[in-house]
Formats: sequence, structure tokens, C-alpha cells
Amino acid sequence: MSKKKMMRASIPVEEYMFPGTVDCQGCGGAYAMRLALKALGPETMVVIPACCWSIIAGPFPTSALKMPIYHTAFETAAAMASGIKAGLEIKGKKATVMAWAGDGGTFDIGIQALSAAAERNEDIIYVCYDNEAYQNTGIQRSSATPWGAWTTTTPRKHPKDRPKKNMMEIMAAHRIPYCATSTCGHPEDFVRKLQKAKEIVGTRFVHVLATCPTGWRSPPEWQLKIPRLAVETCVFPLYEIENGVYKINKKPKEKLPVIEYLKTQGRFRHLTEEQVQYIQGEVDKNWELLLKKEKLGRIF
Amino acid sequence: MFVEVRWHGRGGQGVVTASELLAGAALAEGKYLQAFPEFGPERMGAPIRAFTRISDEPIEIHSHVYTPDVVVVLDPTLLGNPMITEGLSDEGKLIVNYPGTADEVRKTTKFMGRIYVVDATKIAVETIGRPIANTCCVGALVKVTGLVTMDQVEAQIRKMLQTKIGEKATEANIQASKRAYKEVAS
Amino acid sequence: MSTVKVITGNHAASFGARDCRAEVIAAYPITPQTQVVELLSEFCADGVLKAKFIKVESEHSAMAACIGASAAGARAYTATSAHGLALMHEMLHWAANARHPVVMANINRAMGPPWSIWTDQNDSLAQRDTGWLQFYCESNQEVYDTTMIVFKVCEQVLLPGMLVLDAYILSHTYEPVEMPDQELIDEFLPPFDPPYRMDLDDPHAFGALCTPEWYMELRYLIQEAHEKALVTAREVEKEFTKTFGRSYGVVEFYRCEDAEEVIMIAGSTASTAKDAVDIMRKQGRKIGLARIKLFRPFPNEEIRELASKVNKLIVIDRNISFGNQGIFFNEIKACLCNEKNRPPVYGFIAGLGGRDMKIEDITGIVEQADTCDIEEILWWGVKL
Repeated sequence: MSKKKMMRASIPVEEYMFPGTVDCQGCGGAYAMRLALKALGPETMVVIPACCWSIIAGPFPTSALKMPIYHTAFETAAAMASGIKAGLEIKGKKATVMAWAGDGGTFDIGIQALSAAAERNEDIIYVCYDNEAYQNTGIQRSSATPWGAWTTTTPRKHPKDRPKKNMMEIMAAHRIPYCATSTCGHPEDFVRKLQKAKEIVGTRFVHVLATCPTGWRSPPEWQLKIPRLAVETCVFPLYEIENGVYKINKKPKEKLPVIEYLKTQGRFRHLTEEQVQYIQGEVDKNWELLLKKEKLGRIF
Repeated sequence: MFVEVRWHGRGGQGVVTASELLAGAALAEGKYLQAFPEFGPERMGAPIRAFTRISDEPIEIHSHVYTPDVVVVLDPTLLGNPMITEGLSDEGKLIVNYPGTADEVRKTTKFMGRIYVVDATKIAVETIGRPIANTCCVGALVKVTGLVTMDQVEAQIRKMLQTKIGEKATEANIQASKRAYKEVAS
Repeated sequence: MSTVKVITGNHAASFGARDCRAEVIAAYPITPQTQVVELLSEFCADGVLKAKFIKVESEHSAMAACIGASAAGARAYTATSAHGLALMHEMLHWAANARHPVVMANINRAMGPPWSIWTDQNDSLAQRDTGWLQFYCESNQEVYDTTMIVFKVCEQVLLPGMLVLDAYILSHTYEPVEMPDQELIDEFLPPFDPPYRMDLDDPHAFGALCTPEWYMELRYLIQEAHEKALVTAREVEKEFTKTFGRSYGVVEFYRCEDAEEVIMIAGSTASTAKDAVDIMRKQGRKIGLARIKLFRPFPNEEIRELASKVNKLIVIDRNISFGNQGIFFNEIKACLCNEKNRPPVYGFIAGLGGRDMKIEDITGIVEQADTCDIEEILWWGVKL
């Protein structure tokens, strides 16, 4: 006879996303949205620029979410969110306004509007769900694509030869009150960070790594396993920068070699031993630098 | 001769490749053709459709295919959907990747025309080592319709896939296609 | 009590936005618009205007922010010119297609290169297909007045609208402007209350993907709204005259009642042309002027009626659609092409890049139209 064991839910139980969305099997971006809305609750409005979520949100006349959504042009997420927030404020209405953009709409074409909104410290939450390429248009590289990765515009004979743009540093340089990384494979971490962000006034930036089996050439069922490996190998550290103070949330007891992460995805299968070693070197350097920054105390 | 084929499958199963394989074979045999996917955002695992038109005369039309002559279903899990037989008259042919009998398909789809089944997934797993059923379904289509010859299909598979998947996998696909050609039954 | 101030066209726009109680302003500076937003920024800082001023980093973001604010239910306003308007182009489509009544003052300024800060009409006319209403102003008073007319019409039909004024000739020229009592304005223009907005109590998804199955219907509704806007604009102009005494119409007719030929033009050059008309009348010409105020939606009826009564139309464009002809010229001809009694229509390109339009230029154009070939694309005053 089995004994029922009660567990306290560490994540809010209420759902704000309807089942039956058309995302790919194993989509980290879809799961991340589901988690984000649980964290922020019903008094949230979502701004979605061109990205996978423009499709996942469902075609007219349907909607995948219970809260209001404003679809907007590619480069405008932060500007649109700023405008909506201003409109609500002048009308005396309250709501959490969350811009939900992909890496393309954040790192590349959206960076201008985001930088301006951050410089003005607009009272919005900006979440970048990062699947590391322009996945919606067919896996083209973005400045978020990691070094060495295959994409359709960085073919195997000439893979991405520039490092992943460090968006966290760029956002921190704007001296906004809160920046954080998370992944779709760390639901409690992601929910906690958004719940924290919700209570802060000003521009809050959350960078969430979102698995993309289609673009990363990985098995859909490894949706959570791969981003967890990204953290265990220090490829994608979990950390916060709160009012200029760095805090690393997870220091792997046993730092795994990057190959453990790279071998899970077909987009890295062409890498030579030399290239893997190079990546390991870069990961180690960045990790050491991050550890040092944590020791600096307030940097602004 | 003017034939419209509609293919059903899920994103990632090679549906579009199948429609292009058929088109390429038709071209090699001196026919006129069009091959196109359903225009829209595609998602891995989501139901998708592709189309092939083959004709002895140049094809001018550019609108959608509304009344296919042949429907090929690459994924048996799609059979419950009435869109499978939409526009297919009782004179048309339904070819399905299915591990069972044509009667079972008739019960599910209520289609009154001619039904052909082939366990393409099984053949693919045994021959290619992966459950990619598209080349099998092309073989089955050739047997049922005679639209093109298997020789041309073989040539097309080599032309389209060899550089992408290598010689071994290409030969396996050809074998799978030929087996499906043999095993498809009504 | 109304007050009269001697102010520039730019400030007339600022006062207009202030008195229309704009609630969110998002703008980016560009010559020669800067004074519009500088004064508005002062109004906000002084508490004279209760509005949020978002100091965006580009015009594209300005329009995005205005759309967002309008989506949240606030009355949104911005101003720009030439390259700023061009940069906004994508979002102009967005505002109209999303049915948000954002109002914008555009200072007509020539597009570069070469850089030009002087007036012509290419910038606003290049946006004529975006779904925005377009109102062309002749004087600073009209700029001030048109602000409330545009807000009122746009909020009734749920489409964005721009009021257009010439660079320097209006934007930087001082003219007396009468500003009526705020109470009267509030009565004329009630608060913005859209049927749909970003609202937690009534959640919707705005602007989602739409397959071919429904897109066309959504576009039809916009065209329908434009047709309604034409009717509404006429009504609102009449109501404006009744409330405030001044009269413009959607096409303003000057001495056209018994005219044999009529000059057609938009913008401040019309004033100069009115003087030219007076001079030519004294010389015995039966000539009049029709000033196109409302360009989108296009006032077909007014123009067809005028055309049926005259022997000649002379259209002066301070713009050119390269590879074809002046844009007002083309639209007027198209409007008349199926009319039984349509007069010959002559087209002149003049005053590009701010080249001054004097009375002699207008009279010269009219005289040229006496003898020139109607098929010629006539560039007035070109030194080549």
C-alpha cells in the first residue's frame, strides 16, 4: 500500500496559460512564459514583439494567455511597454507591464529601445527568453548565438566566430535596480527572481535561457536537462545584479567540463577538440571574472 | 494528365521533402510540376501539409490545392482529423502510413474511395534505423498512382539527400522506398 | 474668455496639444519640430499639462510608445518631421492597423540627401498609404484649431491622424492665435474613452497573427472607418465653426463661386495664392482657389462638385512622386477620371526644398497654364 506524501508547492499552482499552444515539442520559451505568469500573477500585461511567442500566443481570434497581450513590431518591445505603462499611470491604473522578447528582439534589433528604456529606468519588467538565434524565422544567428554554434547563417564550415554578447553587463551598465539570469530548467529560481522583480520599481531585466530543440538540434525531452547542464558547466551562470551588487546563485560543487553540455546538441557536433578546448578556456575565464565581480561589493 | 497530391504529416517528418522528391522525379520525366508547403509558421511536431502538382502541360495556376486527387498521410496519429479527407472525392486515393488494415483506416476516416496502407514507420526503422517515413511514402505513392517511375525516385533520393545525409543513409532510404513500393496494399 | 497670443506654428501645435489635454507625449527632437516638444515639456514640468512625457531615443520608439499609451486608454500625442516621420513609417502602419487615435503634428520638411530643413510635402505624402488621416494647415491659427478637430475625428473613428504644417513658413513664423476658453474646448472634445484597451478586467490579445481568412475583413473595416471619417470630418468642422466661429471645411473654397479656373493647393502657399487670386481677379480673370485641407480620407465629393462647375483646374504640388507626377495632381485626376464633365487638369511642381513661392510664382504658373501642353510635367522655376 503506497503512502501519500504531501509536498508544498514551491511554485504557484494557478495557471495563466491555456494548454494546446503550437510551440515546438520541448520549447523552453513556452514553459518559461508559463512560469513567468505564475510568478507575476494575474495583474500583468504582456508585450510581445516579433518572436516565437508571436505565434505561440495563438492566431486571431484566439489567445493563449488569460491576461492582456499587446503584440508589437520587432524592435519596439521596450518602447511599447514604456508607453503602455505611462498610459496606465496617467489613467491611475496599476498593472505589471512585462515585455517578453526573444534574443533577436533584445540583443540586436531591440537593443536601442531597451537601452533607452533602461536609461530612463522605466517601470517595466523586461524578460528576454533566449534560445540563442532567430528561431522563429528559421534558426539564423543573432548576437546571442554562442561561439562555435551552427545556425543557418553560420554554417558548419563557418560557425559563429564571435562570442555571445553579454547582455547582463550591458544592462547593468545602465544602473538599473535589478538584472538576473535564469533558465527554463530552473523553475524555482526563475519564479523566485520574477517574484522579487515584481516588488522592485524601475527597469528589471531577466535573461532566461530557453531550450530550443529545433534550433539546437536536441531531443525535445531534454528541455530541462540541457539548461541545467549549462549551469553545471558554468556556460550560463545563474546570478543577479541587484543595485550594483553581483550575487551568483549557483556555484556548482563539481564544475562539469563543457563537453558535457556541448555534446547534447547537434548545433555543436562539428566542433573539433581544439574548438572545445577554446570554449572551455573562455567559459573558465568568464566564470573566474564573475567570481571576482561578486567579491567587489557594490560596483555602482 | 493533371494530378494534385496533398501530403499530411507533422513538422520534422520530412513532408516537404517528400513533396519535393515527387516533383523532382516528375521533372526528370519531362513533366511540369509545382511543389509547395502550406504557407504558414511551422513548428516541430505540429500538423502540416504540403502539395505537389504534376501535369503534362505547363502549370499556370498558383492558388491553393482544394480538391486533391491523392492524399498521402505520413503520420497515422493524424487520421482522426477530418481535414485528412477534405476535398478528396470518392474517386480519389488515400495512402496512409499505417500499421494495420485499410478497413481500419476506412472506419476511422469514413472515406469511401480507395485506401492503401503501408507500415512505412516499421520499414523505415528496419531499413534506415530511424522512424522517418517520407521516402517510404513516396515509394507507396508511385506504386499506387504510377505518376513517376521508381528509377526516377531512386535518382531523386540520391540527388536530394546524398550530400545532406551521406551515402549509407541515402541507400537505406532507397531500399526503404522500394520496400514500401512492394508492400503497399489496399 | 479666449486669449490671443502671438506665437509660432510650432507653439500653436504645443498649445493645441495642451488644450486638448494630451495625456502621454513621446517625442524625439528634429529640426524644425523641436519647439513643439520643448514647450510641451515645459507645460508638463510646470504642471500646466497633466501628462507623462517619455523622452524616447528615436522617432520609431516615439510612435511605439504613443501606440502603447493609446492602447492603455490614454490620449497620445507626438510631433516630428521629414526623416523622423520616415523612421516612424513602420509604426505609422501599426498605429492605423491597430486602430489607435494617436495624433501627431508633422512639420513638412524636405527629405535628404541633400540635407534640407526647409519645407516641402514629400515627407507626409509618402505616408499617405499608412491609414493615417491627414489634415493640411494654412496658418498657425488653423494648426491650433485643427489639433482639436483631429483628436475629435480620430477618437470617433479610431484611426490615427496627423496635422501638417510647413517648415519655417508656419513652424517658425509668429502669427496671432486665438485660444478659446478651456471649458468650451472640453465640451467640444470630451475625454478619450476607447471601446477596447489593455485592461486587466477585460483582457484581450491585440495584434495577433491573422491568417488570410480574416485579414481582408479587418482591412475592410479600416476603409469603412475612413469613409466614416470623411463624413465625421465634415460634421466636426461644422460643429467647430458653430462653437468657435472659425471655418475651414475639408476643402476650403476661395472665390470659386463663379470661377472658370481654380488653383488647387495644400498648405501655407494657399495664403499667398489667395492674394494672387485677388490680383488676377482685378485683372479680369475669373479665377478661384480650392485649398485641400483633408487629404486622407480623400474628399472626392467636394472635388467632383468643384470640377463640374469650372473649365480648368491648376494643381500646384510642393512634392513629387518620382517616376510619375505630383501627388495631389495624381489623386485629383484619379478622382475625376470617370466624371462626365471633367475639366482639363494641369499639374505644376513648385517650391521643393523650401524654394520660396511668391505671388509672381502663382500668377506665373496660371499664365503658363494658358498655353502649355497639358501632358507636360511642369516644374516651375527649375534652373535647368
